[in-house]
Amino acid sequence: MPEGAFFVIMVTKIVVVFGLMLLSVSYLTWLERKVIGDIQVRLGPMRVGPHGLLQPIADAIKLLFKEEIVPQAADRTLYLLAPAIALVPAFISFAVIPFGDQVRFFGQTIDLVITDVNIGLLYVFGVASLGVYGIVLGGWASNNKYALLGGLRSSAQMISYELSLGLSVIGVVMLSQSLSLVEIVGAQTRMWFILLQPVGFLIFLICAVAEVNRAPFDLPEAETELVAGFHVEYSSMKFAMYFMAEYANMITVSAMTTTLFLGGWRGPWLPPVVWFLIKLYLLIFLFIWLRGTLPRFRYDQLMRFGWKVLLPVALANIVVTAVFVALR
Amino acid sequence: MTATVPLSAYLILSAALFVIGVAGVLIRRNVLVIFMAIELMLNAVNLTFVAFARFLRSMDGQIIVLFVMAVAAAEVAVGLAIIIALYRNKESANVDEINLLKG
Amino acid sequence: MEWLMFVPLAAMALITATLVIVLRNPVYCALSLVGTFFALSGIYLLLQAQFIAVIQVIVYAGAIMVLFLFVVMLLDLGHERPLWLQRDRPRLLIGVGAVVLLLLELVIPVGSWTARVPQGSSTSELMGGVGNTQLVGRLLFTEFLVPFEITSVILLIAIIGAMVLARR
Repeated sequence: MPEGAFFVIMVTKIVVVFGLMLLSVSYLTWLERKVIGDIQVRLGPMRVGPHGLLQPIADAIKLLFKEEIVPQAADRTLYLLAPAIALVPAFISFAVIPFGDQVRFFGQTIDLVITDVNIGLLYVFGVASLGVYGIVLGGWASNNKYALLGGLRSSAQMISYELSLGLSVIGVVMLSQSLSLVEIVGAQTRMWFILLQPVGFLIFLICAVAEVNRAPFDLPEAETELVAGFHVEYSSMKFAMYFMAEYANMITVSAMTTTLFLGGWRGPWLPPVVWFLIKLYLLIFLFIWLRGTLPRFRYDQLMRFGWKVLLPVALANIVVTAVFVALR
Repeated sequence: MTATVPLSAYLILSAALFVIGVAGVLIRRNVLVIFMAIELMLNAVNLTFVAFARFLRSMDGQIIVLFVMAVAAAEVAVGLAIIIALYRNKESANVDEINLLKG
Repeated sequence: MEWLMFVPLAAMALITATLVIVLRNPVYCALSLVGTFFALSGIYLLLQAQFIAVIQVIVYAGAIMVLFLFVVMLLDLGHERPLWLQRDRPRLLIGVGAVVLLLLELVIPVGSWTARVPQGSSTSELMGGVGNTQLVGRLLFTEFLVPFEITSVILLIAIIGAMVLARR
């Protein structure tokens, strides 16, 4: 492939994925409000456009024109930087996730993944572990006790659940013998890993919910006890950036779950990209459903559950998988 | 791919980072910053190992780096626990005020 | 091409490392150190150590520095007095002098080092074929098995030690 064509294809892929992600992020807010509304037997947004379909645009315009408030005692530099630090990892981890098979286009074979690196899985974990900085720094820089508590909680929570998250995918890595996400999808041609790794899947899903700070693990922003947690002082576009980071993270972990356990873009009849999106949105729906259904954990319950239940079960899962792989 | 950057460039960078770490330990009084400077020194050494692994075409250097990281993680866990314990007793993180062993 | 990557990364490493020991606010020091770790991770990529590069980010930037930040915020440490206002300037001068000497002693032998040493078998072709992670894994569980197990013991001891120290 000539250098120029490679460059053009790469830029196109990045722009398309990034654009679709931004669009999904803004419409996830609409989807979430609609689904939660349905669960709570009310309508949700209805005013702007048919069934409130233009609500995200109205929200975006409103947030853009709001006043930016910086608390007087805040650490200005970090206060302004923190939302960006939260947003960037949420978006760039999508770079290694395959969302379709190869396609022929203008005589070029194009892989439907931005870049396939042989340590893709580790890359995603590395990037995901940086997301916590945005929250911790935002909480600290606001110079507000509720924000600080939210930030501290979130760092403790994310470190604790990242362990089990990492351990739960080792079974998948052992079965597929690769850290490349493309090859992990390739290894699921005959059977999805959710059938071989049901325990790993459950642990991964629970930890993923905890990693993106969604209910029932939304302690860092618990409204009832911490006002709004780490972003209590934020307003305007910076508040929107935290929100976007949360939804982008949700998309990323759903895509990861799809890739690791649900066969990625594989599926009969429909085109691969469509299958990928179906699985992705089913998982996102599950996330919203969880928020509408489950009450929030208490902090000590959260820690006990993470360290005393998830971690041992994840370790046991590795041992069982290892025995299974060795005997095969 | 031929290595155009010579080994000596990596070694000089590593030496400079190590020396910055030493300077940090010598001139700072905050126990946490001193601890960070020590991490910096460990990383400088890691860089040397990885550079030699590349130029001697041996993986051993990278393995040693993994061990260094594991030990650094252990060291940080214990070290930070000690710092918190010290802070509880002394209400200070200044090394000049932590002198109980001085007769 | 390699220089083009190396020079900015090296500059970033040196600048952020200097900031670590110069800045007064421990939170900023910790963030500068994260920057150093990223620069080093990039340099590891240049040195064809992809696995080490990613582990560097996960372990140092993702875990160790978050712990540092956690403790800094928990203790709410105030600002230190700047170096040039500290009371014992002689000590500062001795420190800087010693550091410059150390730098010279470390750097001078680098240029004069010419001895031929035996080369190992891990060429870049081999790494391209099987991948860096596989090579690391294979060595870790064959030649370096005993050190590997000892590392796990060290980590266990560290866990217990941290628990005991923090409990009081």
